[in-house]
Amino acid sequence: MDPMPHASPEETPPRPPDPAARDAHGGEVVIRVRDLVTHYGDRQILKNVSLDVHAGEILVIMGGSGSGKSTLLNHLLGLLRPTSGVIEVLGKDINTSKESELTEIRRKFGVAFQGGALFSSMNLLENIMLPLYEHTDLDRRTMEIMARMKMEVVSLSGFDDLMPAELSGGMIKRAALARAIVMDPRILFCDEPSAGLDPVVAANIDDLILDLRDATGMSVVVVTHELESAFKIADRICVLDKGKVLTIAPVDEVRANPDQRIQNLLNRRTEEEELDPEAYLRRLTGEKEP
Amino acid sequence: MTVDIAARGPATVAALSGEVDLECSPAVRRALLDALRDGRPVIVDLSLVSYIDSSGIASLVEAYQAARKQGTALMLAAVSPAALRVMQLARLDRVFNIRPTVDDALAVLAQ
Ligand SMILES: Nc1ncnc2c1ncn2[C@@H]1O[C@H](COP(=O)(O)OP(=O)(O)OP(=O)(O)O)[C@@H](O)[C@H]1O
Ligand SMILES: [Mg+2]
Repeated sequence: MDPMPHASPEETPPRPPDPAARDAHGGEVVIRVRDLVTHYGDRQILKNVSLDVHAGEILVIMGGSGSGKSTLLNHLLGLLRPTSGVIEVLGKDINTSKESELTEIRRKFGVAFQGGALFSSMNLLENIMLPLYEHTDLDRRTMEIMARMKMEVVSLSGFDDLMPAELSGGMIKRAALARAIVMDPRILFCDEPSAGLDPVVAANIDDLILDLRDATGMSVVVVTHELESAFKIADRICVLDKGKVLTIAPVDEVRANPDQRIQNLLNRRTEEEELDPEAYLRRLTGEKEP
Repeated sequence: MTVDIAARGPATVAALSGEVDLECSPAVRRALLDALRDGRPVIVDLSLVSYIDSSGIASLVEAYQAARKQGTALMLAAVSPAALRVMQLARLDRVFNIRPTVDDALAVLAQ
């Protein structure tokens, strides 16, 4: 027999939102970045970056190598301190928050790191349970069932005992995703979730991210080079270029944007650098500047 | 969050209400495993649950497994659409015995 929902036909969000800022259109803002400036040494890396992440949206951050994507992501996670600017996550300014408050906010994050960041000495089940061990004191049975539920979600059911070294690239990405969602995060961060995977496996990961968002209403921030993936999953795309936000807009608007730098990125063309033949020859031969 | 245990006809009805999250799912787990002790069928009434997270659903899985092992019926009644979608992701909708209402679950038991 079909289960009959009892609630109103209008689907209610799975969780009452935290008191958070609202944007001009009235949508709930889960991350708010204003005029973020950051340096590595003397070099300015992010230049007045401002952006919002809305509740329930998938925001994809794109940009060429070295444009500052990972740096921005690390700021959103509170792992780096900016030179100036404001970063509010779930209504809290994470640059002025105490470590205990940061821990509280991070409990609502899930992060799937680029390389998976699995512990090689732990099997798959233990790796996926790890956040539960760190952040809760649930019964071990409960933790195991929670981890196995997420393993089923990412199609890794039954592989409890495999060690990370025994996993394929696609399995590692899916394991990282399972671990990132094991605590039912409000915000999921993914760094290159499908890079380096064959197209079918990559498409599966895209579908998975969409299904997860649809079922849970969480917000997702994805850093990716994969255009096809970005176009498929993104509600909005943020294009970074040399530390600046070129545009942040819905997918169709970004695709139609006439800015040459954006089109180059979308067409995988690298910008032709100005070449000074004399200087280049000196670089090649290791000669000093005259 | 509260768990209200009451006898109704041949069954024990465990009515959960409020948010079932990391903080209180251990209490839900204990209450359900306790409710199963006397061998009567258990109906978990979820109609007053505003939110249930994975730890809450995991507690339902454990109780369901314990019920099966001892040959007792355990049914979920009034699963919200949001909770159902999360269950569907992990294909738990194919595992649990889900009924629209407590009355419907009682009617099934009466057959
Ligand atoms: N720890 C560091 N110390 C000094 N400079 C750094 C450091 N990390 C990154 N950078 C510099 O900051 C700039 C932005 O780097 P970032 O890693 O954010 O780029 P990215 O967009 O993630 O690139 P990729 O696509 O290659 O991963 C680069 O010029 C890089 O050289
Ligand atoms: Mg990077």
